[in-house]
Amino acid sequence: MTLPILELAGLRKSFGELEILTGIDLKVTKGELAFVIGPSGSGKSTMLRCCNLLERPTSGAVMLEGRNIAASGVRLDPVRRRIGMVFQSFNLYPHLDALGNVSLALRKSLKLPRAEAAERAAAALERVGLAERARHHPAQLSGGQQQRVAIARAMALEPAVMLFDEPTSALDPELVGEVLAVMRELREAGMTMVVVSHEMRFAREAADRVIFMDQGAIVEQGTAEEIFGAPKSSRLQAFLARQAA
Amino acid sequence: MDFSDAFLNATVLQKYAPSILSGVWVTLYLSAIIVVAGTALGLILACIRACGWKAVNFVIIVYADILRALPPLVLILIAYFGLPGVGVLWSSNLVLFIVLTLILAAFAEEIFWAGITSVGKGQWEASRSTGLGFAQTLFWVVLPQGVRMGLPPLTNRAIAVTKMTALGSVIGVPDILNQATTAQSFSGNASPLTLAALAYVALFLPFVLLARWLETRFAWKRT
Amino acid sequence: MEQIAQQFFNLDIMKASFPMLMEGLKITFLLVLVVVPLGLMGGLVAAIASGAKSRWIRWPAYAFVDFFRSMPPLVLLIAVYAGLPFAGIRLDPFAAVALAFLLNNSAYYGEVYRAGIEAVSPGQTEAARSTGLSAPQTMAYVVLPQAVRNVLPDLVSNTVEVVKLTSLASVVSLSEMVYQADMARSVTYNASPIVLAAGVYLVLLWPVVRLISRHGRKIAS
Ligand SMILES: Nc1ncnc2c1ncn2[C@@H]1O[C@H](COP(=O)(O)OP(=O)(O)O)[C@@H](O)[C@H]1O
Ligand SMILES: [Mg+2]
Repeated sequence: MTLPILELAGLRKSFGELEILTGIDLKVTKGELAFVIGPSGSGKSTMLRCCNLLERPTSGAVMLEGRNIAASGVRLDPVRRRIGMVFQSFNLYPHLDALGNVSLALRKSLKLPRAEAAERAAAALERVGLAERARHHPAQLSGGQQQRVAIARAMALEPAVMLFDEPTSALDPELVGEVLAVMRELREAGMTMVVVSHEMRFAREAADRVIFMDQGAIVEQGTAEEIFGAPKSSRLQAFLARQAA
Repeated sequence: MDFSDAFLNATVLQKYAPSILSGVWVTLYLSAIIVVAGTALGLILACIRACGWKAVNFVIIVYADILRALPPLVLILIAYFGLPGVGVLWSSNLVLFIVLTLILAAFAEEIFWAGITSVGKGQWEASRSTGLGFAQTLFWVVLPQGVRMGLPPLTNRAIAVTKMTALGSVIGVPDILNQATTAQSFSGNASPLTLAALAYVALFLPFVLLARWLETRFAWKRT
Repeated sequence: MEQIAQQFFNLDIMKASFPMLMEGLKITFLLVLVVVPLGLMGGLVAAIASGAKSRWIRWPAYAFVDFFRSMPPLVLLIAVYAGLPFAGIRLDPFAAVALAFLLNNSAYYGEVYRAGIEAVSPGQTEAARSTGLSAPQTMAYVVLPQAVRNVLPDLVSNTVEVVKLTSLASVVSLSEMVYQADMARSVTYNASPIVLAAGVYLVLLWPVVRLISRHGRKIAS
């Protein structure tokens, strides 16, 4: 078995009294697409946000390429460059055009010279099919295009793993396809991905593993066939029944 | 009495135009340095406030509140007549500059702070998730949006505060108003006041129009 | 330190000047009571005129507002107080202040109202007119109530500015609070009376300033 790129070990997170994550253990290996499903409020976003320390875990370890990045004293900015994140609400910078959105971290965090950053940003936009929209501002782009720019922004830093938090939930149905297509290409190019989503069709065709979360814990995991075809736990059965309805 | 003789007397205008023009320069340069210093100080204070140190923020808030609640004239009188008694001998120009700069900074701090807080949490998270640090995120992502939001109210406030340079005439700053009232009492004619009013309108109207223009086109289309 | 306390916070002098300041505060209140309603009404006229269909009404309204927003209030006050007598119009200080403030405040309140009116969606007017309300009725019963709600914080904040500006009346010898404080200052050679006046302004205005800040944040978040 290969060394996991990302590993969560005994991860717990509380907000005040309330324990939202009650001990998560998860290994994501290189090139794997881990697909996370679960009811709203089950802690999926919180888990993803703990992976790049947007939320600090209450206890437990977040291992990135063998190093516990949740330990105190770890410099987070270089670590976060290794973990790309794509948000439900895109969170593009409205004052910058597409190229500016993608190249900002390349210039200011990775400290690439302006020309090189622009070149790399342009290449990333090319990969998501938006080369000719480089000079457009977010307000001039459709939702699907905005999310593709956001993917390019994360991807341009050449992260070890990319986290997707419901990347298509804010999109009109007809725009979902173009974003999923980009994600599919990323996976084919060997990117390691953790995807929280309700796109079960995408899970069936692209996920190496499907993980079902409920009430802050991983309840069940397996291949797409196992999870969707033969769910074991009653909670997963109930969840899938609700999804189908 | 002839109206134009009292308010637009050519001889009087000619005689006192140079002194009023010298007042224009005083008003102009005081306004310019007050706007630059006050805006810069306000921006710095807002950035410090963004760091979230409780005790420091308390001091900033109290400062901004007090300077926004007090009439500028009161502060000018306290500084001008009070400070010599404790051994601080500032010229009237310096008193006016410092008081109005502190006032503008208080308003600017509030405006910039409102701009900073209006930028959504998602912007911070997106930026931090790409490895940009707190200061980098503040500077490259949040401030450009927050400052733009604040530009129209800031322009209006900067106009209001710089117009207060006219209060300097009360403590002897040789600005437009001071020159005009002096000229008026010497000449026994209202023409210097007319000239002063026109000078102020000529100085400030462009900025009033600028503020109007900014208001109509400042809003980001939110994504 | 001792010197600072003596020069700015001399309690004996403050105590002695307190009755004078309270006399002045009455005039200050009286000024506010006259000047704020005048400004609110003048501003309403300016705002409605700025939204008029005819440019013969709209443009002069804009010119009025922008002219008086360009003019420092003290210059306006002195022009009215010291300039008008040359045209044969002699106003006592109170009337001069009221007139100058009417012009200045109408411009500022007018801008506030205008922003509020513009923020009311055109659909509101259309709906009201389609139910048979006349244009003035639509303005009075449908548009203005919403407009005022939209900009209530700005109206309050502008009123704070107006209260602060009443201190300018001291320059034309109207014996409001700052005038009284400055008299006491010149008699005692001590800044404490003016500091006391500042204290009174703080007591009156700080809560309002705080309220406005809190409210602004609520809108932003
Ligand atoms: N910053 C926070 N403070 C308090 N509670 C939070 C915070 N973030 C999330 N929660 C709570 O944690 C629970 C899990 O949220 P989340 O991880 O967003 O779930 P999911 O993404 O699965 O819908 C929810 O009940 C939510 O209200
Ligand atoms: Mg979520």
